[in-house]
Amino acid sequence: MMEFGFSLSPSSAVDLDKVDTSRFDRLVEMEPQARICIGCGSCSATCTAEPYSGMSVRKVLLGLQRGRDAEVDRMLAACMLCGKCTMVCPRGINTRHLILSLCRISGKGKEGKA
Amino acid sequence: MKKNKNNANQHVAIIGGGIAGLEAARALLGLGYRPVIIEKSDRTGGHVADWHRLFPDMSPAKDIVERLRRETEGARTLLQTEIYAAGRLGNDYTLTLSDGNTLRAGAVLFSTGFDLFEAAKKEEYGYGIYDQVMTNADLERWFNGGGDKRLDGKEIRRIGFVHCVGSRDVKAGNAQCSKVCCITAIKQAIEMKEKFPDAEIWCFYMDLRLFGKKYEDFYIGAQRDYGIHFIRGRVSEVSENIEGRVIVKAEDTLAGKPVKVSLDVLVLMSGMVCNRQVHGLACQLSLGVDEDGFLKSRDNIASITESDNRGIFYAGAVTGPKTVPETLAEARSAALSIHAYLSAQ
Ligand SMILES: Cc1cc2nc3c(=O)[nH]c(=O)nc-3n(C[C@H](O)[C@H](O)[C@H](O)COP(=O)(O)OP(=O)(O)OC[C@H]3O[C@@H](n4cnc5c(N)ncnc54)[C@H](O)[C@@H]3O)c2cc1C
Ligand code: SF4
Ligand code: SF4
Ligand code: SF4
Repeated sequence: MMEFGFSLSPSSAVDLDKVDTSRFDRLVEMEPQARICIGCGSCSATCTAEPYSGMSVRKVLLGLQRGRDAEVDRMLAACMLCGKCTMVCPRGINTRHLILSLCRISGKGKEGKA
Repeated sequence: MKKNKNNANQHVAIIGGGIAGLEAARALLGLGYRPVIIEKSDRTGGHVADWHRLFPDMSPAKDIVERLRRETEGARTLLQTEIYAAGRLGNDYTLTLSDGNTLRAGAVLFSTGFDLFEAAKKEEYGYGIYDQVMTNADLERWFNGGGDKRLDGKEIRRIGFVHCVGSRDVKAGNAQCSKVCCITAIKQAIEMKEKFPDAEIWCFYMDLRLFGKKYEDFYIGAQRDYGIHFIRGRVSEVSENIEGRVIVKAEDTLAGKPVKVSLDVLVLMSGMVCNRQVHGLACQLSLGVDEDGFLKSRDNIASITESDNRGIFYAGAVTGPKTVPETLAEARSAALSIHAYLSAQ
């Protein structure tokens, strides 16, 4: 291939027609509260893992609905399941439980389960 | 309160027969006055007569309009009538009407309401250009049984709502928030989900302003029970694709990514803007007009229903975007202020 000295970056635009939200849909079945997040960011602000890993429940929930699965998995791996985020969520979402359910759906073992 | 005995024949001119004018007329009749409602269109009820169900209780709009019409049968109502000229004569006001008559009144109430923003002015949203784009008012008419080719017989799978159309938009000449359209969008999104249970629905908003009683419950319900998606970002442009859908582009500002989605129907939340047609009349009576074009109250805290001029009062959306309960409360409040004013004459 001819080298022109520059490359094209892939578009970062999200095409909602094509996004696969099946993981989010399954999460909603297990955790109906996943739908009522208002994106306030309290969870991320209080999360001890966030400054080091970028973990954010807000971004996890949004990412699942925007097809950013790889990012979601990276974030989930950093969660320590401390439950601080659950204490601050103004919508009363049991975020810790939600993360656990999501790990189950994703087949990622927390608490030693696969 | 004691009924007005001495001035039972004193006329109060009510300009505009929307719910503000009707509710004020009802209260004034109860106080022993003779209100005269001057309405430019061929029916009373104003905008609410076009709506289907009202937030926050989903009560039929028809119920309140019909009740008010019934309860104001004792008032003189002049339909298809406008005011050509207005002036002061001693303590009274004289109004020259389009039917050739002159009306003399001890007090005047402006209840001339608002105008709906003309959605076609925001050309980038494609109203009047693409067949899939409609307004909040079009949708209410459709809910009321008026046919609409944008919906009838169509397979509707994907629906979008655009908030703040012509509101919070300095370039469109309206810096103000219209206040009712966030909750109207959520209400209509829920109603559409009930009509089209398989449809996916997206609301594009800048902020969700859900200030009123039960409004936040509507929001939670829309998310939890109806699965409506909320995307924070103002729609930037709308275009049509080859399959006959409209493509909406926005930035999802919470994700920091541009998004696009194709839709079968897009509903624009046209805002409440000032009724410019009353500026001429306001000018003849030396009434103040605010920067947003709505008529100016004496002050916005204690005397919202009073003008700077003795004997001239306001009620409802004439002074700014209002909900139905706010409008009705102002109308009753204005009627009492009119009573106090005329009693002191
Ligand atoms: C899409 C939409 C949906 C809404 N849904 C709800 C809801 O569900 N619940 C809720 O609480 N609120 C709702 N609202 C708000 C509601 O419509 C207003 O609160 C209400 O219409 C205000 O009543 P009004 O009488 O002040 O003004 P209007 O309804 O505008 O009535 C004004 C009247 O004055 C007449 N008029 C105007 N100028 C003149 C003139 N120069 N001479 C003679 N007559 C004149 C007009 O013809 C009209 O009849 C909604 C608003 C919108 C835009
Ligand atoms: S449970 Fe996980 S996401 Fe929540 S605060 Fe703790 S580490 Fe952060
Ligand atoms: S605290 Fe709760 S509502 Fe706020 S962003 Fe996190 S999950 Fe969503
Ligand atoms: S009420 Fe909502 S949609 Fe309407 S102008 Fe205000 S912010 Fe925009």
